[in-house]
Amino acid sequence: MVAWTDFERVTIKDIFSKIDYEVVGPAAISRCLIVYPWTQRYFAGFGNLYNAAAIKSNPKVAAHGKVIMEGLEKAVKNMDNIKATFTELSTLHSEKLQVDPDNFMLLGDCLAIVVAAQLGKDFTPEVHAAFQKFLAVVVSSLRRQYY
Amino acid sequence: MTTLSEKDKNIVKTFWAKVAGREEQIGCDAVSRMLTVYPQTKTYFSHWKDLSPGSDPVRKHGGIVMAAVTDAVSKTDDLTGALLSLSELHAFTLRVDPANFKVLSHNLLVVLSTTFSNDFTPEVHVAIDKFLTAVALALSEKYR
Repeated sequence: MVAWTDFERVTIKDIFSKIDYEVVGPAAISRCLIVYPWTQRYFAGFGNLYNAAAIKSNPKVAAHGKVIMEGLEKAVKNMDNIKATFTELSTLHSEKLQVDPDNFMLLGDCLAIVVAAQLGKDFTPEVHAAFQKFLAVVVSSLRRQYY
Repeated sequence: MTTLSEKDKNIVKTFWAKVAGREEQIGCDAVSRMLTVYPQTKTYFSHWKDLSPGSDPVRKHGGIVMAAVTDAVSKTDDLTGALLSLSELHAFTLRVDPANFKVLSHNLLVVLSTTFSNDFTPEVHVAIDKFLTAVALALSEKYR
């Protein structure tokens, strides 16, 4: 059971209410595919990922960015039980998608960078810390069903 | 991983021109974040009186770190040579676990993102990430 401070709870909900999922999701996943190109191995069916321009304009990448944000929103709504909320998603990533779980934090770090750009000065060290803790809990929950 | 291409070096140098004059603020912010977001890094600074974000020792240290990184930007053709004495310092005296270099790098990237948002494109991000990885590698040279 994760212990969230009041500050962390308020901060996470605040961040997610401020960011535009349609912008942040696609930006984070495309940044991940560009900065850590080996992550492209999981998106063979997405078509043209040959260069940064192609990735940024790829509609399947953009659509997937939104899917990811919707998944994260479930965690925001269930902060006291992210583990259980993500049981199925964890099994999916492990058994069907077979994603190396070390990659989860790569996307997490890209998400932090995109949210940082969106929030600018408001992304203070304390807000940043709350967000990375949230991401760490999400990543840990996604890793749980791997064996 | 890989060596820096000429393209990477050019992107880094071009972007770093924007950093000029703001090194201390950026360095201060990066170190502040590192200590706040990754509290295990505080163990290396137990001799400081004040570890809070933006404190005097944090600001001073941020400036020192950024000065070294800025120097490395001008020496991308031989980072190992350029960082030799710093590597010895970190290996023999400071004995910082090299895993932490990645942590500070990430926080620096976040600061660059908050400071330069639109200019910190994915293309710039990957070049700088590669550069910081190369710097970290050069810093780790003398460890073993």
